[in-house]
Amino acid sequence: MNIYRSHVLICGGTGCTSSKSDKLQEKFEKLLVEKELDKEVKVVRTGCFGLCEAGPIIIVYPEGSFYSQVKIDDVEEIIEEHLLKGRIVKRLLFKDAIVEDIVKSVDEVDFYKKQKRIALKNCGVINPEDIDEYIALDGYLALGKALTEMTPEEVIETVKDSGLRGRGGGGFPTGLKWGFTAKAEGNQKYVLCNADEGDPGAFMDRSILEGDPHSVIEAMALAGYAIGSNQGYVYIRAEYPIAVERLQIAINQAREKGLLGKNIFGSDFDFDMEIRLGAGAFVCGEETALIASIEGERGMPRNKPPYPANKGLWQKPTLINNVETYANVAQIILHGADWFKEMGTEKSPGTKVFALGGKINNTGLIEIPMGTTLREVIYEVGGGIPNGKKFKAVQTGGPSGGCITSESLDTPIDFDSLTSIGSMMGSGGMIVMDEDDCMVDIARFFLDFTVEESCGKCPPCRIGTKRMLEILEKITSGKGEPEDLDRLERLAENIKVSSLCGLGQTAPNPVLSTLKHFRHEYEAHVNEKRCPFPHLRINSI
Amino acid sequence: MDTVIIKINDERVEVPNDFTILQAAKKMGIDIPTLCYDERLESHAACRMCVVEVEGARNLQTSCSLKVADGMEIKTHSERVIQARKDILDLLWANHPNDCLTCEKSGECKLQEYCYKYDVKETTFEGKRKNYEIDDSSPFFYNNQNKCINCGKCVRVCSELQHTNAIGFSERGFNTHVSTPFEIGIDNSVCVSCGNCVSVCPVGALMPKSKEKFRLWETKKVRTTCSYCGVGCQMDLLVKDNKVVGVQPANGPSNNGLLCVKGKFGFNFINHPDRLNKPLIKKDGQFVESSWEEAYGLIVEKVNNIKSEKGSEVFAGFTSARCTNEENYLFQKLFRAGIGTNSVDHCARL
Ligand SMILES: Cc1cc2nc3c(=O)[nH]c(=O)nc-3n(C[C@H](O)[C@H](O)[C@H](O)COP(=O)(O)O)c2cc1C
Ligand code: SF4
Ligand code: SF4
Ligand code: SF4
Repeated sequence: MNIYRSHVLICGGTGCTSSKSDKLQEKFEKLLVEKELDKEVKVVRTGCFGLCEAGPIIIVYPEGSFYSQVKIDDVEEIIEEHLLKGRIVKRLLFKDAIVEDIVKSVDEVDFYKKQKRIALKNCGVINPEDIDEYIALDGYLALGKALTEMTPEEVIETVKDSGLRGRGGGGFPTGLKWGFTAKAEGNQKYVLCNADEGDPGAFMDRSILEGDPHSVIEAMALAGYAIGSNQGYVYIRAEYPIAVERLQIAINQAREKGLLGKNIFGSDFDFDMEIRLGAGAFVCGEETALIASIEGERGMPRNKPPYPANKGLWQKPTLINNVETYANVAQIILHGADWFKEMGTEKSPGTKVFALGGKINNTGLIEIPMGTTLREVIYEVGGGIPNGKKFKAVQTGGPSGGCITSESLDTPIDFDSLTSIGSMMGSGGMIVMDEDDCMVDIARFFLDFTVEESCGKCPPCRIGTKRMLEILEKITSGKGEPEDLDRLERLAENIKVSSLCGLGQTAPNPVLSTLKHFRHEYEAHVNEKRCPFPHLRINSI
Repeated sequence: MDTVIIKINDERVEVPNDFTILQAAKKMGIDIPTLCYDERLESHAACRMCVVEVEGARNLQTSCSLKVADGMEIKTHSERVIQARKDILDLLWANHPNDCLTCEKSGECKLQEYCYKYDVKETTFEGKRKNYEIDDSSPFFYNNQNKCINCGKCVRVCSELQHTNAIGFSERGFNTHVSTPFEIGIDNSVCVSCGNCVSVCPVGALMPKSKEKFRLWETKKVRTTCSYCGVGCQMDLLVKDNKVVGVQPANGPSNNGLLCVKGKFGFNFINHPDRLNKPLIKKDGQFVESSWEEAYGLIVEKVNNIKSEKGSEVFAGFTSARCTNEENYLFQKLFRAGIGTNSVDHCARL
């Protein structure tokens, strides 16, 4: 094996790829060969580094130099100066990576300091298309350990003890779910991975699949062993072509190495998996709709119970977990439940990945220990609000969540405390609003999304959300009447209590929470018959 | 069968443990409204009309899908439940043409019935309403999606019971509607015109193309057995002024509430002027009406004559799939034992 003196890590996440990081890679490789450095310097295309705002990003090790917004013409200079002469190209460093002329390595940059990477551990570190790199960082060790040293019950117990809760939004205890599915009677069981991530602005699961697909494959095999299943499916949006491609490469490589297939690790455990593509309906992320979609039916939720654990895919007991949930599992098995519980809070151990967006300096992907406060996330990790504007609110939980105001900024982020302040964890979208944002318009934006995405099965969601949106549009266009606010509230309550699935049950939340915290803005629209803000519609979050 | 004890509206009742709340309530004579429920179909829980309050549950629960459990306490008509049902009706009405005056479903429409029962006079909402072109391509029925309440019964009957899968939901959200693949129209689809979708539609969205103008309350229902084949489907003829104006399937042991195109739509012959009601005998080259006695007498006479002249073997009998098993049995008996020939057959063998 070749030993390289330097590694050039180029972000191959979706953000950086769209700003042409693939061209940077080509140029690097070409010039390194020309300068006969290709035996000394290795170029690695990794998953997302998180700081998409500053893309395309390149990190050069061993120094950990964090170059941002690198252009094709900068490649030559990095090679000439940094890789040949050992002089860091300061002008290309990320702004926080050089303070008063002192160069900081990537781990010392504020953006990363408060972060703790478990689910994103390998993202931005390894080449996701090379299984050996995953294995080199303890990949498939947990699966080996489970198959050779642990009973399925012990695997489930460990996941239970770790306190891991579903990262897909609901926060349901993962170990409990595994236990239910293991106990359910059935000659065939299935393990599903929910990679239908569809919240506006969210790309946590996408980044994990693009940057570290094997972590999900390994966890699904572990789940298969734990519950007694030999077949898995990953349901992933067709709009995530890079993730789909890398996942397929990873599955193929795992098969070649015998890590999927028959008699894994010489045991009598068989497990294989396939990809199923979704066609981009948000509601197909709801687990029963997802199952219907895999079965080839129209993706419409159905009433629970029965839960998938008892009657899921093709009526068989089925375990369904989110991508990020799975991405934690192998490390829990490897390091133990206590290790995991040391991070985060008592009821929400571990970390959570968020996609930071909106009016914030460092937009991108972050992973923080549960219990970090919203203030720390927004002002330290996120670098505060751009252009010296004032913070107004932050929306968590996407279209199902609510807005959180400055009074609650010191709330520690975990499942229960976000719910207690009228929002929710959701899957990890976090959108920051500043003083210029019209909260009525924000509510309208989210509601517009759910109206479009309703499956149309039940009247409260199908007709009710549409009527709510019409009332909101009436208000934002200056035609609202005072009674409209009460009507909105009553209708919202009705939709919440009588809708069939989570989409409808949570659709009114953005309206209810803005009505609660920013009722004066609604009243201003109604009384002044116009939007009191310079009307910028936020269609582009 | 194991049973459980539950309380519905403070009354204790023992029911089988695989009952839904809806079934338990029905057993007690409590009427819970439903728009999408059909006992023959998988529970759909879409219309939300059957919601009830279950002690300990945060949200209202759909009684059509939730199974009973020991000790469950249920309120089927609490204030909260009634308000929720009113709200649903209000919303359905907010996307439904207000034309009961001329709608042919009037009198049998479930939306109308529940709006009456729950005192929903009109919708409290303004806003967009559906506006679809009526699909009248089928010779037998219309699909008027402007009246559809998306209960999904038609789609499920077509797929779960009829197994034709001709129709499904298309588009999403507010625009969700029942249609054929690629909107090609019923007549161009794989639809076999059985009309079972029409029979289950609770509102006036799927309606037979009727030749007569009638109101349901003007008709009398006559239970009968379909005369088209030997299956013995049960049906109710809708009779107005001694004339059959429509057919509704009834739930018989052999048809489970279903009919085929002939039973459902093929009744116009009954009152057709060309239909033979009396036997005709050809006399002097002309068909002349006669009595049954005369006609049967003539047949017996001719059979006897031919049999004595040429023997039994010259006879052959051919019977119809429209007769029952019993009738077919009697027919072959008549030919074998009465006439003395084994040459007897049946059109269904062809
Ligand atoms: C409308 C709707 C959309 C959802 N979308 C997703 C999704 O994109 N990804 C996801 O993992 N879970 C989604 N969920 C939650 C899933 O139904 C399910 O709870 C989750 O996949 C379970 O995995 P977990 O326990 O690991 O979180 C959605 C739920 C609803 C109601
Ligand atoms: S709540 Fe909305 S998305 Fe969910 S089943 Fe009802 S109509 Fe479909
Ligand atoms: S008439 Fe029969 S086959 Fe045609 S759509 Fe209706 S149920 Fe399906
Ligand atoms: S057409 Fe009738 S049966 Fe079909 S979904 Fe609409 S209301 Fe229900």
